[in-house]
Amino acid sequence: MDIIMCGVGGQGTVLASRVLGDTAMKQGFQVRTSEIIGMSQREGSVVSQVRIGHDLNGPLIPDQAADFFLGFELAESVRNLEKLGPQGIAIVNTQKIVPPSCYLGASSYNEPALLDYLQKQVPTLILIDALELARQAGNLKAVSAVMLGAFSAVYSEIAAAEIANELIEKLPEKLKDINTRAFELGKTYAEG
Amino acid sequence: MTRKLLLGNEAIAHGAIKAGIRVATAYPGTPSTEVFSTLINFAEEFDFHAEWCVNEKVALEIAYGAAISGARSLVSMKQVGLNVAADPLLTGTYLGVKGGLVIVVADDPGPHSSQTEQDTRNFANFAKVPVFDPADPQEALDMTIEAFNISERYHLPVILRPTTRVCHVCQDVNIPETYFTSPKARFEKGSDYVIFPNVSRRKHSDLIDTLQNISEDFSTSAFNLTEGEDDRGIVCSGVSYYYVKEALQRLQVKPAVLKIGTPYPFPDKLVTSFIKDKQSLLVVEELDPVLENEIFRLVGKTGIKTELHGKNDRLVPGVGELNVDLVEKVIATWLGKSLPEMSVAEKPELPARAPILCAGCPHRASFYAIRKAAGKKSDVVFTGDIGCYTLGTMPPLSAVDTCLCMGASITEAQGIGRAEPGRKTIAVLGDSTFYHTGIPGLINAVYNQYPLTLVILDNSTTAMTGFQPHPGTGQTAMGEEVPIVDMVKLIEGCGVKSIKIVDPVNLKAAVQAVKESLDYQEPSVVIMKRECINLPGHKAASNPVFVDEQKCRDCGLCVTEIGCPALVMEKGQKPRVFETCVGCGLCVEVCPFDAIQGGGR
Repeated sequence: MDIIMCGVGGQGTVLASRVLGDTAMKQGFQVRTSEIIGMSQREGSVVSQVRIGHDLNGPLIPDQAADFFLGFELAESVRNLEKLGPQGIAIVNTQKIVPPSCYLGASSYNEPALLDYLQKQVPTLILIDALELARQAGNLKAVSAVMLGAFSAVYSEIAAAEIANELIEKLPEKLKDINTRAFELGKTYAEG
Repeated sequence: MTRKLLLGNEAIAHGAIKAGIRVATAYPGTPSTEVFSTLINFAEEFDFHAEWCVNEKVALEIAYGAAISGARSLVSMKQVGLNVAADPLLTGTYLGVKGGLVIVVADDPGPHSSQTEQDTRNFANFAKVPVFDPADPQEALDMTIEAFNISERYHLPVILRPTTRVCHVCQDVNIPETYFTSPKARFEKGSDYVIFPNVSRRKHSDLIDTLQNISEDFSTSAFNLTEGEDDRGIVCSGVSYYYVKEALQRLQVKPAVLKIGTPYPFPDKLVTSFIKDKQSLLVVEELDPVLENEIFRLVGKTGIKTELHGKNDRLVPGVGELNVDLVEKVIATWLGKSLPEMSVAEKPELPARAPILCAGCPHRASFYAIRKAAGKKSDVVFTGDIGCYTLGTMPPLSAVDTCLCMGASITEAQGIGRAEPGRKTIAVLGDSTFYHTGIPGLINAVYNQYPLTLVILDNSTTAMTGFQPHPGTGQTAMGEEVPIVDMVKLIEGCGVKSIKIVDPVNLKAAVQAVKESLDYQEPSVVIMKRECINLPGHKAASNPVFVDEQKCRDCGLCVTEIGCPALVMEKGQKPRVFETCVGCGLCVEVCPFDAIQGGGR
């Protein structure tokens, strides 16, 4: 099972990939995750790759091979879409994080064109406003919990409760309730 | 046996703990940093000494000193760090060690966050140091333990060389229960640890014999494995081994595969027996053609006749990372197979998203002040350095013209000024980098009377690599409070007469300080002092800025002058402040109409 997570540094893709990795390992699967840590964390593009299964090879997912695609940000989702396999499911957060380059006139952020591209290219696409759901849960930083919740609704190999428990275990006490709510909101949305 | 999901770097740390290390040292550098930051968490429990050092040379020398006293020691760094530590490495290899010494050197194919794509396997060859090249976190752990064994058996330092896709990959890893107990360390006087030309000649000769023996050992090492039988063979190493395996499964072909985990000294016997009946060989490795060139040597030595493909005939790319797709194409070409075309519909324009300084980063204010002081259209050359602040090169700040290596801002400035007398330069580097290798360059400026303008961006941490303490912070790796190595006194001691300390967000004072420094005829230093906003424990601002839309005249300067990610302005709209604003107040100072208010702590 190959899962791609992409977004912008600071959105919590590393946390989400560790949560999935640990959950899967405890269920008896082999796990490989690959993260880019370092300069990109300063609001750059980030991609985490998670491979779960048996007799796994390396950490990198080939193009058009991902079974699941979690896009934490709209433009980054389009940027990395070639990783998604033809039968794959994409969950894309419609949140826009517009880089300063756009305000300086060096590039542009064409939201309608990006959305249109995703809708045309992805047969199974779930668009989700994870930022709004995180806001409802009580903290804008709970986007990764919303995304994990949404993922748990479409991924059948591991029970959603296992993923939620692993997430909560990794968080400090004061964030547990908010993230539990965020996870549930994401899950309910993707189920609907 | 405990099973845990571990990052490759964490796995290396666990291997070192099981190997019974007594001393661990490091200077942070991506992708190596987490090896040592993991060790810190276990130092008390397993009773070993751990310290962040001021630079890699110092770190290696301390680990070496411990090792010649009989203590198992580990030092970790990124690949370019080994350039700094080259001196003790080469001589230390001649003199040898008593307790095991493992040097973890993380390579960064890509590169993702490094200045070069240098290949530490070649460095190991040059320095005559045995090297292990792990393919995944589990192997990194196992190799760390074996590296200590080899180091002690042959009395040589040993390099463990993971790459980014081992360091920053998580895997379910088995951690052995067995634990090596080191004998008590004691430096024996009268041992052979004084280098001298005649000693060197003898030691060099011994070293060559030892390497021959290790090569024989490595020929039977469990880290080198052969799979399948065929007259076509692939030789690979590190994570490339997995790319090859996956590509072969996808292509449904079965050439023989030899994975080499010990590239130096090359396991001649094993490789000779693998290549002798091959009609064609393909070498798949990242960075330099190290295995490939060794096989060239073997072919010359043995007279074996075979085709040899890889980087030398450009079948395998000579730069960047490999991946499954790339390796699949290479193997298909090698075997004359065609691959189905993968089509991707043309994408709409994507916004450029380069990494940038964080919202509220004090460096933004510093660079803005430096630019202001130099004058808008000025010809002043800004020599930069290694750290978050290398990002000061990005527009609209554009205040970094050079970046070479740690500490070089100070010395490049001197070279540029010497070549072009009268051309003004401003050297800019961070606090940690100043302690790392900045100081000798400063002394040189004083000694040779260069009118240096040095701006030290003192954010009280090593931010880029994850907030490590340094001598100026008064904290050690273990969190002990220690006396601060006073930056101002240090600079005074070097003979600098003009030293100014300013808060960069206090824009007028900061600009004035840099201006005065530029006009000063002798070496002078401006310390821009403001804490990194991401420093753990740093209080988040309770007072973000807001825009007074009545006063705002839509000039856009707040956006175009400083490029803060928390402040944006869309066409035809007033500037907007995001939640990420920490209220540093730089934009308040930039706005000519007092339209931005709030901020400050």
